[in-house]
Amino acid sequence: MNITILIILLAGMVVSAAACVMMRNLLHAAIMLAITSAILAVAMFVLNAPLAGVFELSVCAGLITVIFVSAISMTKTYTKEELKIKSRVRLKRFAFLPVVLIVVFVVLCAFIWPHLDASLQAAGIAQAGSNVQDTIWNKRQIDLLGQIIIILAGVFGVVIFFKESEKK
Amino acid sequence: MSLLLAIFIIATALLFVTGLYSLLVTRNLIRIVMSLEILTKGVTLIMLGAGYINGNMAAAQAYVITIIILEVVLLAVATGIVLGVYRRNGSLNARKLNNLKG
Repeated sequence: MNITILIILLAGMVVSAAACVMMRNLLHAAIMLAITSAILAVAMFVLNAPLAGVFELSVCAGLITVIFVSAISMTKTYTKEELKIKSRVRLKRFAFLPVVLIVVFVVLCAFIWPHLDASLQAAGIAQAGSNVQDTIWNKRQIDLLGQIIIILAGVFGVVIFFKESEKK
Repeated sequence: MSLLLAIFIIATALLFVTGLYSLLVTRNLIRIVMSLEILTKGVTLIMLGAGYINGNMAAAQAYVITIIILEVVLLAVATGIVLGVYRRNGSLNARKLNNLKG
C-alpha cells in the first residue's frame, strides 16, 4: 500500500467533512457528505477491505444521500433575503472551525511526534483461514442477529412515525 | 507508535472535532443529523485502521458493516423524527422545540 495515497485520501476526507458542515446550502452539504463517504470507500479499497468498501459506497454514499435529499426537498427552503441573513450568522459561527482543526492537528502532532518510530507495520493481510465470509457467517452470528433486530426496529420506528402524522 | 497508527489517529480526531463542533454550533436539525454522520465516519475509519494495523481485516470489515447498518437505521429514524417535528412546528430550528418546557 502506498502511504502517500492514504494520506491524500484522508486529508481529502477531512476537508470534505469540514466543507459539509460549513456549506450554507443544505443540498450542497448533503453532496459533500456523499463525497466524504465515497473517499472513505476508496480508502477502504486501498486498505484491502473491499466488502466494507462496497457497503460504504452503496449505502452511505448512495442511500443516505437519497434520504437526505428527499428530507431536504420535503422542507421549506429559505428566501434569498433570509438566506443572506442566515449565511452571515453561519459564517460567524463556523469561522473558528478551521482554526480549531489546525490547533488540534498541531497538538496531536506535538504529542505523537516523540513516540513515532516511522515503521509502517504494514499488516493488512488477513490471517490464514479467517476470510470475511467465515468471520461474518460463522464467528459473528450474534452480530447478524443484532443487525436484523436493529433493522426491524428502525423499520417499525419509521412506519409508526409516519402513521401518526397521517392521522393528523 | 507506527506512522500508520499516527495517521489514522490524526484523521479520526480531525473528523471527530469537525462533527462535534458542528453538533455544538448548528441549530438546524438536518445539519445535526449530518454531524452525527461525520462522527460515525470517524469511528468507521479508526476501526478500519485498527484492523489493518493488527492484520485482522476480516473482523474489522465485519465491525464496519455493523457500524454502517447502525448508521443507516439511525439516519432513517432521525430523518423521520426531523420531518415529524417540521410538520408540527413548521421549522427545523432546534431552539424552537420547547413544547415540553415546564
